Amino acid sequence: MTICNACRYCEGYCAVFPAMEMRRTFTKGDLVYLANLCFDCRDCYYACQYSPPHEFAINVPKLMAELRADSYSEFSWPIILSGLFKRNSLAVALITGASLVIIFVLVLGFIGRDVLFATHLGEGTFYRVIPYAAMTIPPLVIALYGLVVFVIGAVRFWRASGGVLSDVIDFQAFWRATQDAFGLSYMRGGGAGCNYPDASFSQSRRWFHHLVFYGFLLDFASTSMAAVYDHFLGWQAPYPLLSWPVVLGTIGGIGLLIGTSGLLFLKWKSDRDPAEERMLNMDVAFLVLLFLTSLTGLVLLALRDTAAMGTLLVIHLAVVAGLFITLPYGKFAHVVYRYAALVRYAIEQRRTESS
Amino acid sequence: MVDLSAPFDVLVVGGGNAGLCAAITARRAGARVLVLESAIKDFRGGNSRHTRDIRYMHRAATDFVTGAYTAQEFWEDLRQVTGGETNEHLARLTIQNSEELGDWMPANGVRWQKPLRGTLHLAKSNLFMLGGGKAMMNAYYETASKLGVETAYESEVSELKIRDGEFVSALAFCNGASCEVNAKAIVVAAGGFEANIPWLKEYWGDAADNFIIRGTKHNQGRMLKELLRHGGKPVGDPRGCHAVALDARAPKFDGGIVTRLDSVPFGIVVNKNVKRFYDEGEDFWPKRYAIWGKLIAQQPDQIAYSIVDAKALPHFMPSVFPPVEARSIAELASSLDLDPQALTAAVDELNRAAQPGTFDPGSLDSCRTEGLHPPKSHWARPIDTPPYYGYPLRPGITFTYLGVTVDEQARVIMQDGRPAKNIFAAGEVMAGNILGKGYLAGFGLTIGSVFGRIAGRGAASRAAA
Repeated sequence: MTICNACRYCEGYCAVFPAMEMRRTFTKGDLVYLANLCFDCRDCYYACQYSPPHEFAINVPKLMAELRADSYSEFSWPIILSGLFKRNSLAVALITGASLVIIFVLVLGFIGRDVLFATHLGEGTFYRVIPYAAMTIPPLVIALYGLVVFVIGAVRFWRASGGVLSDVIDFQAFWRATQDAFGLSYMRGGGAGCNYPDASFSQSRRWFHHLVFYGFLLDFASTSMAAVYDHFLGWQAPYPLLSWPVVLGTIGGIGLLIGTSGLLFLKWKSDRDPAEERMLNMDVAFLVLLFLTSLTGLVLLALRDTAAMGTLLVIHLAVVAGLFITLPYGKFAHVVYRYAALVRYAIEQRRTESS
Repeated sequence: MVDLSAPFDVLVVGGGNAGLCAAITARRAGARVLVLESAIKDFRGGNSRHTRDIRYMHRAATDFVTGAYTAQEFWEDLRQVTGGETNEHLARLTIQNSEELGDWMPANGVRWQKPLRGTLHLAKSNLFMLGGGKAMMNAYYETASKLGVETAYESEVSELKIRDGEFVSALAFCNGASCEVNAKAIVVAAGGFEANIPWLKEYWGDAADNFIIRGTKHNQGRMLKELLRHGGKPVGDPRGCHAVALDARAPKFDGGIVTRLDSVPFGIVVNKNVKRFYDEGEDFWPKRYAIWGKLIAQQPDQIAYSIVDAKALPHFMPSVFPPVEARSIAELASSLDLDPQALTAAVDELNRAAQPGTFDPGSLDSCRTEGLHPPKSHWARPIDTPPYYGYPLRPGITFTYLGVTVDEQARVIMQDGRPAKNIFAAGEVMAGNILGKGYLAGFGLTIGSVFGRIAGRGAASRAAA
């Protein structure tokens, strides 16, 4: 880092370098903050006159990814579960598999195999396979639990990076950070794009990430809409093809399918030298899970009027359960910490400009 | 693998900025081009991989420069730093042609960024490459490869076959085997000889053993020597080299920009016998840093020590190595292997001589010494605020001035005054025509880019003739 600070050639690529230059020495919290500002675009790695095989062996993206992976487990709660970050894809696979088995066994035990394999038509059919209470209460509990873990994580991050509580009441900074996050500004790499998957510049990673990001948001909107329909308007799923939940969900699902497969393809082809094993592992686990969620969702939509519906519903819900249970203990954490880092950056930059 | 036995139109020796500008230009003109680069792929680009900005003439501000930099201003700056040791015709040609680079470089993949923090003095005249010189070279190599330029790495040319002022072929070691490359024209863009310690010793004696080479170890000057051996007319002072003060802990080669040290004007500098030897506050550091390499080269064992206190630290860019730190001057001296009593006395002497004044790092301020020899003319504040810091300094060689004479078509001029038919030179190997002395930030790249393009165009049309 002192080498970067003495060189500064990469200043125009992203927020990490300007933030770094405001410091002469780095506390551990500073490093965690910088690591979470890093978007792993790798522009600086290929531009670096000191990257390996130079004896200085500078590899900023790898170092940042290591620190990031450390920070995810360190700030997570309870600390006993932070091990889930270590072999993330294994953990994710086991938890999702377990959800599948448990849901299947419960459905078979309490509802019976006839219902599971029958053809259902009309309103409220999903609840015939999985009762209303079972479909609403556990997800709520899981979601609330995830929220608690992330709030704790965000507070820990904020403290470690030297922030105080009063900083948080800075709407301008939040607005700036939100713009940067929604536009994926820094994935533009100063206009050049990422050096991803190899040393050539490309915007493909940014576009695929956009598809995942907005696909996820659309699916989230679809689910929220469905919840409103169900709980407040009394309309029960499944909804018609031209209803808001189905339209939003389908568009989002297709976006997710393309986005996640694109990102997985880029990761598969990507240069391993600037990569970090744990991070890559987390990336893949999360992407695969998102891919499966939208795939099973879309297949369920297509075949909901057939006898396969029951089985597909169980599979889809199991994948969704796996996704949300592991949400606080995987790559999704980057949403929280990166956003917090962007807010911190916006505050810091404004303070330097005004001083 | 490149088939080196086939005849090429244009052979470019050296894959730095000048070489790639030549290769791209020649290829665009339709020539079959081969670039031989002596480094491995990761270290390709010679000294260009350590650069960061380029000086160019422009008529108005853009997103990346803060104002116009006219041909006249450019020329005045150049005349001042060279003290007139420049070929005015070629210099003005370089300046005129530099204007196009602002568009030509991005058209070939180079991207700009805003001037870096701490480089305000260059914001008007220089464009900064996003990611620096290695990113620029990556862009050029990618463009060249897309255009169909062939490149062989780890391929060092050892000998040129030249008959009656006409290039015939080049003997090279390519991946461990020797081979002969035939081409209709050659562009020599293989840099100077600053990494050739035995050659430097011819002028500097054993002192050269203690020189640090800021750039590539591949600049051995072999092509320069070949051209001179075949009757190329030399230009520039053979002893001349751009030498700055570097952190003595820097690696022998390729330390690049991070090992330079800007602490000198804010403290005192002593040699190993704890004697001061030059006015540390004579002028602004960017104007003076290039004389300190030579000054240190003249000290015993070619080493010196910059001593500052805690007040000075915020006023210069951090270097890559942390300073040696101590609570007292005597303790600092012991850590640096200097005589504690002598260093304490030297600091006391400065502190007594320092006159009251208003300290201002942004101007030639009024903090000067009275009765001190040598004097310290500016920024002479007492060194009295612990902790104290020390940096060991050595001479760092950036480039050498000796080169071959060229004409305005970048053709090498022979001893009889006539240009060689198909031998072109670009970059550091001919920069001495224009920059006989001194340095202007970002001007090496300007010469390399302008003459690289001229050479590429000339070589391609020669090959087509």
